[in-house]
Amino acid sequence: MHRWIASAVLALSLGGRALAADAAKGKVSDDVVKIGVLTDMTGYYSDLSGPGSLEAAKMAAEDFGGKVLGKPIEVVGADHQLKAEVASTVARKWVDEEHVDAIVDLVSSSTALAVMPVAAQKKRITLLSGPGTTAITGEKCTPYTVHYTYNNWALAHGTGGAVVRQGGDTWYFITADYVFGKSLEADTAAVVKAAGGKVLGDALHPSPGTTDFSSYLLQAQASGAKIIGLANAGQDTINSIKQANEFGITKKQNLAGLLVFISDVHSLGLATAKGMYLTTAFYWDRDDASRKWAKRFYDRTKRMPTMVQAGVASAVGHYLRAVQAAGTDDADAVMAKMREMPVNDFFAQDGRIGPDGLHRHAMYLVQVKAPDESKAPWDYYKIVKTIPAAEAFPPVDEQRCPCTPAYADATKCPYLGK
Amino acid sequence: MIQAIFGQLLLGLINGSFYALLSLGLAIIFGLLDVVNFAHGAQYMMGAFLAWMGLQYLGVGYWWALFLAPAAVGLTGILIERLFLRRLQGLDPLYGLLLTFGLALIIEGAFHRAYGNSGNGYPVPAALAGGFDLGFVYLPRYRAWVVLVSGMVCFVSWFVIERTRLGAYLRAGTENRRLLQAFGINVPLMFTITYGFGVALAAFAGVMAAPIYQVSPHMGSSLIMVVFAVVVIGGMGSIMGAIVTGVGIGLVEGFTKFLYPPAASVVVFVIMALVLLVRPAGLFGRLR
Repeated sequence: MHRWIASAVLALSLGGRALAADAAKGKVSDDVVKIGVLTDMTGYYSDLSGPGSLEAAKMAAEDFGGKVLGKPIEVVGADHQLKAEVASTVARKWVDEEHVDAIVDLVSSSTALAVMPVAAQKKRITLLSGPGTTAITGEKCTPYTVHYTYNNWALAHGTGGAVVRQGGDTWYFITADYVFGKSLEADTAAVVKAAGGKVLGDALHPSPGTTDFSSYLLQAQASGAKIIGLANAGQDTINSIKQANEFGITKKQNLAGLLVFISDVHSLGLATAKGMYLTTAFYWDRDDASRKWAKRFYDRTKRMPTMVQAGVASAVGHYLRAVQAAGTDDADAVMAKMREMPVNDFFAQDGRIGPDGLHRHAMYLVQVKAPDESKAPWDYYKIVKTIPAAEAFPPVDEQRCPCTPAYADATKCPYLGK
Repeated sequence: MIQAIFGQLLLGLINGSFYALLSLGLAIIFGLLDVVNFAHGAQYMMGAFLAWMGLQYLGVGYWWALFLAPAAVGLTGILIERLFLRRLQGLDPLYGLLLTFGLALIIEGAFHRAYGNSGNGYPVPAALAGGFDLGFVYLPRYRAWVVLVSGMVCFVSWFVIERTRLGAYLRAGTENRRLLQAFGINVPLMFTITYGFGVALAAFAGVMAAPIYQVSPHMGSSLIMVVFAVVVIGGMGSIMGAIVTGVGIGLVEGFTKFLYPPAASVVVFVIMALVLLVRPAGLFGRLR
């Protein structure tokens, strides 16, 4: 499998090699601006990210006319199979041999945390849309990372805060047993406790690989908590919700899906998912710009975009505008421009990338519609509240990212001064 | 406390019923054909998917799907036996394992390509919706139905194989197929039908699972490892072993989930290792 991936990547990159032959000259290194979408193409998260993310990146390149600073924009993709070591191997190859300037998406926090240092050491930019852990712009931050779409803090505060305010003050967590799930549980538990709520316990499940959640649900039921928080994603969330309905748990207790994508709601069906609150960075039916872009995405993929896919397109667009404005694809100059320019497109209004690399923009607390409220296919959400950027994401001071200028300290940030 | 134990044990029994159904098919196939059918998980998935497709595109409901989907998947099994497995007869069982493993990857890949990865929901049939409040746990009616039906299917399969003339031929074929052929029994045909039946059992389990789990291309791959462990513990090829171990492992898993949840996903493999150390042929198996 590794060999297969490697040769696929090799095949994809042959075009780039020919260009690379005449040494780097001018302002764009290797005479091409190359964007690599590295994500889960075939596994658990491939519907919410995967080929749709690759398509979204291609759309962003096309919107730019396929060229920036007179040089071609090339978009390539690879499957990291949700494995950190596969992700870092592909990233190393892309950076060392194939002139990839920016690595995009990286769904699942463990792959993101593996790739970020590989890219940063060689001054390549990572634009993260899929992963959620707050460590990305916290203690594990780099000067070359943008965490673009959402993070666990935003999910915890958006959904957790709203639910506690509505009286859901005792929680039990069903948590995916890896970096992302544990970090999401910790962040949400902190929000619940800060709001005066109580956490009664948690159950960790292996992920991926768990299909039967009934025993975890039963423990959650026995805890008597008002709210069962699902600190998992994708298939795990889908099966948890489905089986919670089956066991009649939703009659007395409520579920809070902490990371639910529109692709999950689509496959669960509104009859099962109705009434659930969730926090999202993007909903296609929000305004004219989002509808227009989502319609184009739908025409190409036959699915409406998840927030991860929309975030990939917006991030790549912002990156290309920054390259244009900086007049070079040099990572330091491009990062400075990305931080300087606000994001104003179909995805975000006046989004700002902070010195820690976190993209702060409005998030949306939505509620899943009941079947009779839904007028058209993919008409799934009611926007309950627009959470302004300042409330949606943590302030820079709270992040403790050693690579922000305020903390800049060459000993703590391994990428500065090199 | 007691409530929690009973709850987990009941869930274990339900999961055990699935293990039993799946490992039964595997055991029957291995017993006669010497084929380690790695495509079993994919065939289970096909059963669930056909049920879903029938409902989605043709309006075929659950009760019909319960018969039609296994029949259709069983037919593909018959084709696979005729076209591929037959050619591997007499070779090391490793060849059959590799062939069926490859088939599983192809089948799962094809479904993944056509239907994506998140899968689709399948509604619980109206007659089996709702559930019983047993006091210590809420038992969904559908799960009770699963236990009941798999119990029946397992009993009938055991009865046919152990207590009827047809079963006697099958068992004789397991022991010495040449001798059986010398008695004028059409052994190749028996092989084909047996493989088809084993595969149909997998698909049947798939239809049973459709309303519980998300119908997705990889639903079988997460289950198949446990099921193989069950067959190894029970003794490769032993019908009784497969059934008893299937239910037993479900219960042990349930109990582990009560005692120490993180160990629940590995306990079956620990038991497998222990059993192999003490009884290499499995609990109910005989060394050949």
